[in-house]
Amino acid sequence: MDIAHFLDILWLARIPILKGLGFTISISLLAICFGTLLGIFVGLALTYGVRPLRWIVRGYTDFIRGTPVLVLVLASYYVLSTIGLDLSPFQAGVLALAVFCSSHVGEIVRGALQAIPKGQTEAAKAIGLTFPQTFAYVLGPQALRQVLPAWVNTAAEMVKASTLLSIIGVAELLLRTQEIISRSFLSLEFYFFAGFLYFIINYAIERFGRYVERKTAIPS
Amino acid sequence: MPNHLLEIRDLHKSYGDVEVLKGVDCTMAQGDVISIIGSSGSGKTTMLRCINMLEEFQGGTISIDGEEIGYETLGGQRRRKKEKEIARQRALTGMAFQQFNLFPHMSAARNVMLGLMKVKKLSKDEARSIAEKWLDRVGLLARADHFPGQLSGGQQQRVAIARAIAMNPRLMLFDEVTSALDPELVNEVLQVIKSLAQDGMSMLLVTHEMRFAYEVSNRVIFMNQGRIGEEGNPREMFHKPKSERLSEFLKTSSFGER
Repeated sequence: MDIAHFLDILWLARIPILKGLGFTISISLLAICFGTLLGIFVGLALTYGVRPLRWIVRGYTDFIRGTPVLVLVLASYYVLSTIGLDLSPFQAGVLALAVFCSSHVGEIVRGALQAIPKGQTEAAKAIGLTFPQTFAYVLGPQALRQVLPAWVNTAAEMVKASTLLSIIGVAELLLRTQEIISRSFLSLEFYFFAGFLYFIINYAIERFGRYVERKTAIPS
Repeated sequence: MPNHLLEIRDLHKSYGDVEVLKGVDCTMAQGDVISIIGSSGSGKTTMLRCINMLEEFQGGTISIDGEEIGYETLGGQRRRKKEKEIARQRALTGMAFQQFNLFPHMSAARNVMLGLMKVKKLSKDEARSIAEKWLDRVGLLARADHFPGQLSGGQQQRVAIARAIAMNPRLMLFDEVTSALDPELVNEVLQVIKSLAQDGMSMLLVTHEMRFAYEVSNRVIFMNQGRIGEEGNPREMFHKPKSERLSEFLKTSSFGER
């Protein structure tokens, strides 16, 4: 392995790699943000929803969670266009990942809310708080702390799943890397380099999660 | 309308097919301290929880200061009141729980301030000064900024009592507040309750501490199988029980051991 040669090619390919990295980060970020927002509603519906709503949302999460992400990605790109919803590869990819993310976040949120002892809600009721107030000041903050570790996991999964968008031609990091490899034949070096970049992103997410966990830790 | 603080009429409550309250009647005047005793499953806690609508009930009425709690009858139809109205009515009573139920993510002072700020809409400073006043009263001012996890069980329960009472309720409900405590911590909580009683706070206590019930209350209610088995002043109740059931119960309780 010729390090100097690899660094040469890497330097020449810096723009496409950075662009790919930018795509990967923005896809992941959008999917995580939308997925988390939607997931919170999913979790709330699963926990507090009236029965018909709960059934529908339960069906949604079970179906999505039981489907490979790749299938979701292909479906949102190819199937939605057949019903007249023409999304760009980027939009379709973000949609698929966000939907996938929401089903996982929904389950995490439900688990966290259900793990809070019933006495908390009762104590909040007993001092006269309404349900929205109880959620905002008592249940939500406690659930947030419970949710964090699992949420960090899901966020990291989203970054990894963003590689699947290369299938529908989104020029994210993996696709860019493959293009460079097809021209330079330095497969080992560039796959390793791409892997290293994914690791950096996920490591940053994990550190962020730890930081928030530390900041919100309850003294005991 | 007679000036009852609390009036319970023909209270019925079922869980599915199991009827746990089979027609309870009870009135309480301002300043009364009433202990509710009875074996487990007799409906004491359920009755207490109906008063602040932590439990729904299917029949009868509960009124505080003449105001009907939880339900209203419109055109012959009994309906649950609106959530917001029920939340307001819950604040008429304060409740302390067996498991304390402090909010673990808030300091002792914050626990007390939450209701003052969000329900009573007081400013943070006003809430803080009221919270400090009550924490001082239960002997925990020095711990105001400690979190529940940093307090002993007895201290947590005293904070929980301060949290309830800071809301200035018409009536305090105590649900077996010493049952989850280590024996050496029971007394500090009972002392707090006793001093509140001496201040004229109206209270309804579900308790297994017979000696305490005897000392602190001016009336005792013995619950038996979803009904009031016997009631009267503590002296009569504990020394000259009329019913077989009560004398049996007292024999097996801590009161009989002295």
